[in-house]
Amino acid sequence: MKYPPNFLVIKVMCSGRVDPQFILEAFRRGADGVMVAGCHPGDCHYIEGNYKTLRRMTLLKRMLREFGIEEERFRLEWISASEAEKFVRVANEMYEKIKALGPLRIEEV
Amino acid sequence: MEKPKMALYWCASCGGCEEAVVDLAEKILDVINLVDIVFWPVAVDFKIDDVEKLPDGSIVASLINGGVRLSEHEHVVKLLRRKSKIVVAYGACSSWGGIPGLANLYDKEEILKYVYGDAPSVDNPGGVRPREKHVEEVELELPSFLPRLLPLDVVIDVDYYIPGCPPTPEVTWKALEILLSGNLPPKGSVLGASDRALCYECPLNNTKPDKILLKDIKRPHQVIVDPEKCLLTQELICLGPVTRGGCGALCIKAAMPCTGCFGSLDEVIDYGGKAVSYFASILDYYTEEDVERILDRLPDPMGVFYRYTLPASRLRGKIKTTMR
Repeated sequence: MKYPPNFLVIKVMCSGRVDPQFILEAFRRGADGVMVAGCHPGDCHYIEGNYKTLRRMTLLKRMLREFGIEEERFRLEWISASEAEKFVRVANEMYEKIKALGPLRIEEV
Repeated sequence: MEKPKMALYWCASCGGCEEAVVDLAEKILDVINLVDIVFWPVAVDFKIDDVEKLPDGSIVASLINGGVRLSEHEHVVKLLRRKSKIVVAYGACSSWGGIPGLANLYDKEEILKYVYGDAPSVDNPGGVRPREKHVEEVELELPSFLPRLLPLDVVIDVDYYIPGCPPTPEVTWKALEILLSGNLPPKGSVLGASDRALCYECPLNNTKPDKILLKDIKRPHQVIVDPEKCLLTQELICLGPVTRGGCGALCIKAAMPCTGCFGSLDEVIDYGGKAVSYFASILDYYTEEDVERILDRLPDPMGVFYRYTLPASRLRGKIKTTMR
């Protein structure tokens, strides 16, 4: 059970800690794709952190489209701490899709 | 004694920032008493040539409004940078691109095609487009249209920012007082505005409940606004919580929600990203389908959350990749 070696994991206490700014910054700094993974809705230790994530990321997704970033480059998934298999499957899936798209090289104008 | 020299210039802007300076009203006479205006295309008849003749660094402060969209803007702001001790980005467009910066969602060709062809009010059967060079008896040159609109600080080094669309006379005056006092704050400071969010100075702040959750998103024309009640609780998108204060809550006093023209607070790296973070989090929906449905009530999120700051955002506008 392996996830791609170039899949960089950044741990935060809660998916609700992931500010949309971080995702934009990641793309700016050269990430080819960004996945936000949180606990399943209803399972939040902080009660409603992941509901906030759901709302933020759903709105952000619409805006990334307008920035010209392909849909496959951003993904929101609910993966609990015990779902290693799902994590690996989703990471590999995303890796394959992005590999097919190629790198995101943003031109500085 | 010779008075300190000051210059004012406009790039891609609507003229509102020029109005804002004139709106100083009788205080403009105080300004004239304190400084010599050596360049101000909208009001004073000096030419670029006159600026070129000044010694480098001889202008104490240049206030530049508008984003950089034409080769001419680029030329003049670089010239003013060389001639000035202090360069100030005056207003939202100069600071972050402003409303003309929303054009960064389209490339140069798309813009020209629409403006000189597809726009419903255009009658241009010959498909005439502006040319940079035209020879007919004499040779004429027009400035070229840059691929993107750039905030001033992408093109030249900027010392200070005065926010607003346009900056209010109070903010402008406060900023001028700081500039002329000689007691200058650290480079990069925002002059004349507040360091806290607009909500802190909002007259409706005390009507705001502890927790706000929105069932609907409304636009100002769809609702009869109660001017005595926090606009956010009336389901209007008010960007006060993520916008720098200092404007005196003028829009809110006129029952219009804040659209964010004073830009972000310190530490925020992407105004739109922060605005999305705040606004989405208070939507009272708990499934993807419901969230999608409520977001359909928001037809233009880029125009709402990046209204004044798109060219200064992390991605600067619609991205160009080397792949395509």
